[in-house]
Amino acid sequence: MSLQIENLKVYYRTLAGDVQALDGVTFSIADGEIMGLAGESGCGKSTLGNSLISLTGRMRYVEGTVTLDSTELPIWDFQDMNRHRFKDLSIIPQYAMSAMNPTRKIGRMTGELLESRGMKHKEFIPELKRRFELVGLSEDVLGMYPIELSGGMKQRAVMVISTLLDPSLLIADEITSALDVSTQKAVAEMLVEFRERGFVKSMIVITHDISILYQVADTILVMYAGKLAEKASAETIINSPRHPYTRLLISSLPEVGVTYSGKRLTGIAGTPPALLNPPEGCRFRDRCPFAYEKCLEEPPFVEVDPGHFTACWKEI
Amino acid sequence: MSGHGNDSRGNGEAGLIKLENVSKIYSTGTFGGKAITAIRDVSFEVQPGEVMSVIGESGSGKSTIGKMILRLSPITQGVIRFGGTDISTLKRRALKEYRREVQGVFQDPFSSYNPIFKADRVFSMIKSEFFPGMSGPEWRNKIGLALEAVTLDPTQVLNKYPHQLSGGQLQRLLIARALLLDIQFLVADEIISMLDASTRIDVLNLLADLKGRGLGIMFITHDLSLGNYISEKTVILRRGLIVEMGATGKVFGNPTHPYTKMLLASVPQLHRKWEEIADELKVSETVLLDREAAAKKAYETVSEILAPDADDSVLVETEPDHLVRFSPEEAREIEPAALAGKTA
Amino acid sequence: MTKQTKSAGNITAPETDSSLQENASKEHLDAVVNERKPAKAVVKTRNMSAVGEMLYFAFRNRKLVIGLGVVVFFLLFALIGPSLAQHAGGDYGGPTNHAPTLKNGYWFGTTYTGQDVFAQFVGGLRLAFIVGVIGGGIAAIIGMIVGFTAGYKAGLTDELLNMLTNVVLCIPVFALLLVIAAFMHISGVLPEALLIGFVNWPWAARALRSQTFSLTSREFVSLARLSGEKSWKIIFKEIAPNMSSYLFMMFILLFGGAILTAATLDFIGLGPAGTISLGQMMNYANSASALINGWWWWFIPPGLAITLIVGGAYFMNVGLDEVFNPRLREM
Repeated sequence: MSLQIENLKVYYRTLAGDVQALDGVTFSIADGEIMGLAGESGCGKSTLGNSLISLTGRMRYVEGTVTLDSTELPIWDFQDMNRHRFKDLSIIPQYAMSAMNPTRKIGRMTGELLESRGMKHKEFIPELKRRFELVGLSEDVLGMYPIELSGGMKQRAVMVISTLLDPSLLIADEITSALDVSTQKAVAEMLVEFRERGFVKSMIVITHDISILYQVADTILVMYAGKLAEKASAETIINSPRHPYTRLLISSLPEVGVTYSGKRLTGIAGTPPALLNPPEGCRFRDRCPFAYEKCLEEPPFVEVDPGHFTACWKEI
Repeated sequence: MSGHGNDSRGNGEAGLIKLENVSKIYSTGTFGGKAITAIRDVSFEVQPGEVMSVIGESGSGKSTIGKMILRLSPITQGVIRFGGTDISTLKRRALKEYRREVQGVFQDPFSSYNPIFKADRVFSMIKSEFFPGMSGPEWRNKIGLALEAVTLDPTQVLNKYPHQLSGGQLQRLLIARALLLDIQFLVADEIISMLDASTRIDVLNLLADLKGRGLGIMFITHDLSLGNYISEKTVILRRGLIVEMGATGKVFGNPTHPYTKMLLASVPQLHRKWEEIADELKVSETVLLDREAAAKKAYETVSEILAPDADDSVLVETEPDHLVRFSPEEAREIEPAALAGKTA
Repeated sequence: MTKQTKSAGNITAPETDSSLQENASKEHLDAVVNERKPAKAVVKTRNMSAVGEMLYFAFRNRKLVIGLGVVVFFLLFALIGPSLAQHAGGDYGGPTNHAPTLKNGYWFGTTYTGQDVFAQFVGGLRLAFIVGVIGGGIAAIIGMIVGFTAGYKAGLTDELLNMLTNVVLCIPVFALLLVIAAFMHISGVLPEALLIGFVNWPWAARALRSQTFSLTSREFVSLARLSGEKSWKIIFKEIAPNMSSYLFMMFILLFGGAILTAATLDFIGLGPAGTISLGQMMNYANSASALINGWWWWFIPPGLAITLIVGGAYFMNVGLDEVFNPRLREM
């Protein structure tokens, strides 16, 4: 499988105008690749992840193409995308845990989901139970209501249900954010295991926590203010990043073993630009210590080393 | 763990905030039939100019301790002392004086502000309750100083609604509010978790600077790396019980209790993979996630794999400034001379 | 591809990246760059206060404007009408069962006993508004007190107030009124309004209690307590203003409900003696078989007025919901 995204633009309609949340992104994911999508709030990572599956609410498709396994996905057409959702690509949405219908038992909810895709619920029950066991849930969970399960259990249940039809691409939107540290590790490791077992081919793991990505992702894509900043293998991003934003971000992360008295870390001064009327040129230039005249012109996202892409004039 | 710092009140021995065998028990059910123990027999002390991290997962009761110290929640058993005085005895005027010395900042910056009013109303609330007689210019000057201490630009944050400011700015405004009162002790309950990575470190550095000025801080968090960064002392809570506590360097450098080891093994680090850490900590396979066993019982949280500490377990000082919870049998194996505080 | 040399300071994560900040050449950039274009003028509402923004949307909302218009129309009618009436409502002087005519000012015709329907109508309108405001107002006040206290204090206070609310909720209004009517002499609309107020508050209390619960758990209430504010101050300065739209809407519903209740009571004859309200007009019309006899002018005005006022009030509420809840607004 592979995913190619070409110049994708998705804006949000608001009373004050269009918020250019995702402003022309181009990248690709190889078969079996777990790509982490990192960035701070408002950078567009959730918009990117969600737009691949469904454009809802105020999201508006502007231009760009998304190609999955050599088939172009008609993301602008909600009805048409139905034949791809759940089968070819699937999502674990950000608030999956709290989005489950409280009056439906888990088993029945899954059944309804399958029926809506034209599948027979009964055929999938053995596989469902097998996968539940794999993630550490007993089959009794099928007969429980969401309120009877803890956060971690719900998250694991949602992971299994979302991948039941073995999609080629799984989008996991902030699935570890609300969890305790030990459950986070279990869930993150589960993602890798799903790939190992062939339940999913490739993944986009959206999170603001780069350290989790270091543990489980093959590559990391860093976004800033609606544009791509850098993409490289996880090792490279952490140990030798090239985009100034990535470098400043990595160096502002506290770690076990690092103390204030030992070494004082610094953050990034300033705030990301508003995307209602984004500034011209590189969107990071106001906060970038290396900014110079050329930064008024938008830098292209190009390959500076094999497999290492970045959008910065200083690095090209 | 009991230091001998001299705090500004002149009570050399007392320490700033001291918890003595504090428990919190909720009665639920109609007319209070069932009892749920949120905190059990917790004792520790914070000195001025010291940051203590209280680390625990959800359900550990860490926020409850903060609320009790802030007098937002009543204490069921035990005593909390501020400068030697039992805080549950404070009433009306004395309670208000207490609020002048001890304040808190909470997790969700957007929930901490009344959305229909401007953000700096939190300052005017302080003025009307604590500084009613102060003149306008003098008050504005005071606000200016407080904002400077938290590195906020007055022109950017005053006279704005909460939704017009960022999470980092809102949190720093709340710290500025606490500084207006010239506090001695601050309870910071998960104040970083809802902020972006690049602003987190700024707020953390701010707390560290304030600590340098003599403020005592209780830093409640579930994130071990944050706790490690700024605190001198650490308390690890599990289901309302302290399982390990002491100097941060010792707790993180030489983790002894299996729960602490499991927590450390689960923290995603930036330069080492989970397997390397697990090897280093010698956390055995049976302690970490045992999926086969888990599937049979559908454990709620991964940390439930570990057996809970027994009711009669005790805290033992394994080295100076480092206490660990053991069962009575294990405690006996350690030198009897090292038995410092029995908490049963 | 040539690799550009980086500026001073070999950057190897994670140690020395703080040197990045020191190597900034911002001045150079500023000197070369033009002034950045200011953002386009934001939409008018961006800098308005909350109240201003609300009014802006309020007067653009059709439902609100229509509903308000209807209620205000009848209010004005009630205020001005009595001075236009040429007869007193209780006078028996006129021709009986006369259809509406411009003669002698019997614009709405006369009743079975020769009374001026128009005069009765405008008198009744006034009474309706009085009952609505007083009855609805009393119910709102009691509902607020009980609801806020139960929601804020929780615990035992909450349980007791809940019991009280449930008891009052279950009292059959009509039976109560029959008993009262039998033992007390109610005359005038004021006692009726009081009674309606004392009986209609439970659902408001329930609704406010649950709203208060959810607001009390928000951290700005904890912050207010930390700032030393007293409970009642917190309720009225922090919690109630957050519910102001809800309170407003609740009052409108209570207003409409009080009018409806009063009309119903009057219609079945349980209303106060000695006054002629809209409901009583319909009552008399019914007993005189006005419907069968075709004396439509006697019961249609009061019936229509009640329907339109109460309907208008509810319609306003739907519009208000859209105004107060930004998510329901059309794009």
